[in-house]
Amino acid sequence: MAEAMAELHPKVALDVYKIREDFPVLGRQVRPGVPLVYLDSTATSQKPASVIEAMNAYYRQHNANIHRGIHVLAEEATAMYEEAREKVKNFIGAASSRQIIFTRNTTEAINLVAYSWGLSQLRRGDLILLTEMEHHSNLVPWYLLAERMDLRVEHVAVTAEGVLDENDFDRKLAMGPRLFAFTHMSNVVGTINPAKTMIAKAHQAGAVTLLDGAQSVPHFRVDVQELDVDFLAFSGHKMCGPTGIGVLYGKRELLENMPPFLGGGDMIKKVTLGAFKPNELPYKFEAGTPAIAEAVGLGAAIDYLNKIGMDVICQHEQGLVRYALERLREVEGLRIFGPSAEKKGGVVSFLVDGVHAHDISQILDQYGIAIRAGHHCAMPLHEKFQVPATARASFYLYTTFEEIDRLVEAIYRVKDIFGV
Amino acid sequence: MDDFYRELIIDRYKNPQYRGSLNPADISFEDENPLCGDHIHIDLRVDDEGVIREALFEGRGCAISQASADLLMEKVHGMHVDQVKRLSKQDILEMLGIELGPVRLKCALLSLKVLKAGVYGLGEATDDLVEE
Ligand SMILES: Cc1ncc(COP(=O)(O)O)c(C=O)c1O
Repeated sequence: MAEAMAELHPKVALDVYKIREDFPVLGRQVRPGVPLVYLDSTATSQKPASVIEAMNAYYRQHNANIHRGIHVLAEEATAMYEEAREKVKNFIGAASSRQIIFTRNTTEAINLVAYSWGLSQLRRGDLILLTEMEHHSNLVPWYLLAERMDLRVEHVAVTAEGVLDENDFDRKLAMGPRLFAFTHMSNVVGTINPAKTMIAKAHQAGAVTLLDGAQSVPHFRVDVQELDVDFLAFSGHKMCGPTGIGVLYGKRELLENMPPFLGGGDMIKKVTLGAFKPNELPYKFEAGTPAIAEAVGLGAAIDYLNKIGMDVICQHEQGLVRYALERLREVEGLRIFGPSAEKKGGVVSFLVDGVHAHDISQILDQYGIAIRAGHHCAMPLHEKFQVPATARASFYLYTTFEEIDRLVEAIYRVKDIFGV
Repeated sequence: MDDFYRELIIDRYKNPQYRGSLNPADISFEDENPLCGDHIHIDLRVDDEGVIREALFEGRGCAISQASADLLMEKVHGMHVDQVKRLSKQDILEMLGIELGPVRLKCALLSLKVLKAGVYGLGEATDDLVEE
């Protein structure tokens, strides 16, 4: 049995044990004698020492407010902040760093588009197209806007398999949406949507496109020019970076024509009493003192991911998810949500018959295994599957095959305890 | 290692003693925990003195929320509604005999929240009913 399992472990270029040494928290025990098995990277990833050190070094050596000060520290801090922007630009293949706007997270980036682009460009009765697979952060901003502006909202259906229904997509595009906002990868079932084709179709139908890259940018190569996407939103904390920093990428013409989102310092060129002239891109959208140390941390995270290689990371996760599905399918009474391995990233959502997801998670925690239980901020998708909650295990570059074995063993313990 | 899931909790989850509904009931109330979709509905029959004569619940959710509701219904049989108003988080924890983190505490306290909102005749169950 053990040998058969070992054969399933594919040989990959990534040295996962060496990588694990880069992540201090992965060495800890959650209780005496119980090592951590962290399978919750979809919620937030762990951080390598290089990211933590980069932020420490920023505060120890350079800290100053950026853009205005004329002294050494201010100049260094400004250069470090702008260097991080440059790294983000290169990481996603953007044409110019002016198209990289720092936000707090994916959620804020999507809200920025809703309030700035949406409020200025949409008219009463316009249609916004979303999907049933979205995280609440790509639903609620649009619902708020729809209420305020009297817009219509439609959703592309998800099939029982957990992928977007192509026919339904075509049907809804034919209704003439002004905007199509969708996730690149589902945070619940892991489905990777064929973004390039979908964006091309949406453009043909005359829609502006927004891609929620919260789960894609951390896990595989995303190139905004190749995708031809109009807006891309993602979070630093899910890609080895710190919390408090996210990114909005936008096409130049769109961003130029959008009014500011938040008002304050840094986003203006000139203020007279009663009037202001907005600053240039990207500063027009970065009001107030930004998260400077966090931007530096995100830059360090990008360096780290580049050093390992996004293609290698993606390949490692593919191996993990294939193995996880294979092992979990052995477990009687375990229901897996979502498509087969080749259509998805490193996320597996499941339930054990007769056991609530919370109870699964609680028992797994006794074995040091951190998974997530709940609706994962995607209540509509759970409604579709007719379950209130699921248990979700998710993987990243530091996840090992042994950890998946530990997960499966612990699931057998859940079954014992509940007698199912 | 699995102290958390005391036999009592698993047993009352799988074989509840106070599951059901009362029609008519003197007091009915329901609510859910939006975090995990746990749902509890409680029906009570109260006599002229204000003593609870019958108490049943319906619901779905995790073992903690359902076992807690079942044990709570048992506990309040024969209790005066004024005593019910004084039940606290501590009473529930003692009843369950386990320690709970902040997330699971919400599961455990859902039934008490519903019960108290019902006996107080409130329109809505709020967290301050079960926090001290
Ligand atoms: C697909 C998806 N979109 C958006 C978000 C929201 O990210 P944040 O909370 O960092 O704004 C998440 C986070 O879980 C996500 O998985």
